[in-house]
Amino acid sequence: MSGYIVRRLGQSVVVVIGVMLLTFLLLHMEPGNVARAILGNGVRVSQLRLDMFDSLYGLNKPLWVQFGLYIQQLLHGNLGVSYQSLQPVSTIIAQRLPRDAVLVGLSTVLALVIGVPTGIYQALRHNRPMDDVLAGTWFTLYAAPDFMEALLLIALLCVQFHVFPPAFPGGVTSIGGLFANWQALVLPVAVLSINSVAGFSQYARSTAIQTLAEDYIRVARAKGLPERLVVTRHVLRNSLLPVVTILGLSLPDIVAGALIAEAIFNFPGMGLLFWQSALAHDYPVMLGGTLIIGIATVVGNFAADIAYSVLDPRIRYGSA
Amino acid sequence: MAAHELAPHSPAGPTAPAAEGGEATVKTGGGQLSLTAFLHNKRAMGGTLIIVALGLFCFVGPLLYHTNQIAVNPLLQNDPPGAGSPLGTDQFGIDVLGRLMVGGQSSLELGFAVGLASTLIGMIYGAISGMFGGVLDAIMMRIVDTLLAVPTFILLIIVASMYSLSLAVIILILTALSWSDVSRLIRGQVLALRPRAFVDAATSMGSTRWRILARHMVPNTLGICVVTATFAVADSIYALSALSFLGIGPPPPFADWGTMLTGGVDNLFNGYWWQVYPPLIVLVIVVVAFRQVGDALNDIVSGNRTSPVRRRARRRLQIIVPLSSRYE
Repeated sequence: MSGYIVRRLGQSVVVVIGVMLLTFLLLHMEPGNVARAILGNGVRVSQLRLDMFDSLYGLNKPLWVQFGLYIQQLLHGNLGVSYQSLQPVSTIIAQRLPRDAVLVGLSTVLALVIGVPTGIYQALRHNRPMDDVLAGTWFTLYAAPDFMEALLLIALLCVQFHVFPPAFPGGVTSIGGLFANWQALVLPVAVLSINSVAGFSQYARSTAIQTLAEDYIRVARAKGLPERLVVTRHVLRNSLLPVVTILGLSLPDIVAGALIAEAIFNFPGMGLLFWQSALAHDYPVMLGGTLIIGIATVVGNFAADIAYSVLDPRIRYGSA
Repeated sequence: MAAHELAPHSPAGPTAPAAEGGEATVKTGGGQLSLTAFLHNKRAMGGTLIIVALGLFCFVGPLLYHTNQIAVNPLLQNDPPGAGSPLGTDQFGIDVLGRLMVGGQSSLELGFAVGLASTLIGMIYGAISGMFGGVLDAIMMRIVDTLLAVPTFILLIIVASMYSLSLAVIILILTALSWSDVSRLIRGQVLALRPRAFVDAATSMGSTRWRILARHMVPNTLGICVVTATFAVADSIYALSALSFLGIGPPPPFADWGTMLTGGVDNLFNGYWWQVYPPLIVLVIVVVAFRQVGDALNDIVSGNRTSPVRRRARRRLQIIVPLSSRYE
């Protein structure tokens, strides 16, 4: 087990470095002059100012030197400074990340609370109409693109009946502010959870079907255990296993935010940050953000693997 | 956008358990895709019919239903559905029904191109990685891990913010971003096939590894490839519409369902429902249809034991499954 962990850690480091290299190269592949794009496109900017910008951010050095300097700063905990707002990237991300933790976190919890019980219910009604109806419903909701669901919800709940506001009021930044405007939070959370319910219920359903065929379920029923206890004690606990994996794998989603939902509902999260900095050619922000998403992906995968083997003693990772 | 999340049994897992003594086994699952099972699968056939119908609608439709899709006509702006135009007109006075057809062409072309290209690349890459193993495998898989660790959509907006996108560029980018998923599945399948007897048999007869790869591994992974290709089609149609919806798709003369929705929120507030619902509905139908086919194929390929459809197909094919493998 410890050998496995060490090997996985080694791989993780390689992947994180790969992510940095990939994003760095991709961002510097851009045709045209960054300084010109930042200082004003189409506006007459003196060559002196362009040169000053380049030397200020080290853009006049060879690419590999720039990458080396970036790594060096990174190891000192410095993610760089945003070209646009001149704020440290770490500060910007630290502002945005908790908001997405609220948005994506809430919708994941909601999806879990809806998805797992319906999945188990479907397993209990396996091969009967209710199973097909629920499966079809979740699948359609999952397969339908999220911005459509958002538009339809807006059409229904904001335009037809004025229940919820269609967008976040500008200027809301604090976590307390998010909860104070809870009406504006309802629709984005709903849209995001609609898409994840299908995954959770499908996983819970297929594990529950397998579990229901096990001998220990038959034993539990044979000894007269009420069906309610069979379901909660035996089926539910076993069906939660794959869900733990999906939770681990959805960690990067929290960090990456949800661009579409954020763009539609004007939610000031990581997704919009990426979007705006991509349009503004704000490399340091994009590099920092991608790096953090890469780390979150690696950590999430890793945590899911480990949690899986801790929760299910039948799973053992060999050294192979 | 990982559609494979839904797959209850990952096709990468070791399928087709080793036969135990005395039991009759016919190879099922294991990446094989039978036409019979496909034809008897209601979801797969239903989805396919819808896709064919939509294809006809988009490619044959414009031949029968002539509309102006180029010139802006201020006199016809925002007309509700009526005699001249069955689905009304948009803010430029262009017929919505006709635009739906033309827009669908680019969506379907993109979907099929990306599905085919990314599956081909992923198949070759994954098969080589799984077949040769060792250091090469480790390096190749770290590259895949790296690509998978960066969300597709972020890479997409990075590139989209740099270049003005044409359909061909989007196809290239989406292909470059979506083959990594496929290669991992195929590698898993090849790893599962490598210890099988027929590989040893081929080796003992003097086959080279390249020959085994081409003659045994690739045909055995075709089932999975069809599944992943179907999901890739759905995902890339979605990605194109999302890009257009965000306003970074190809510039104006280009039409697709996403661009039709771009002004969606404003149009809804103005009450021009006919500009929003038709593309919405077609987009939902096409994405759901492709994902249904993919999901049904996945059930067939992975021998999903929980699927009643699969059991029926199996009975028809008179395939005997060893009892021991029924519930793993």
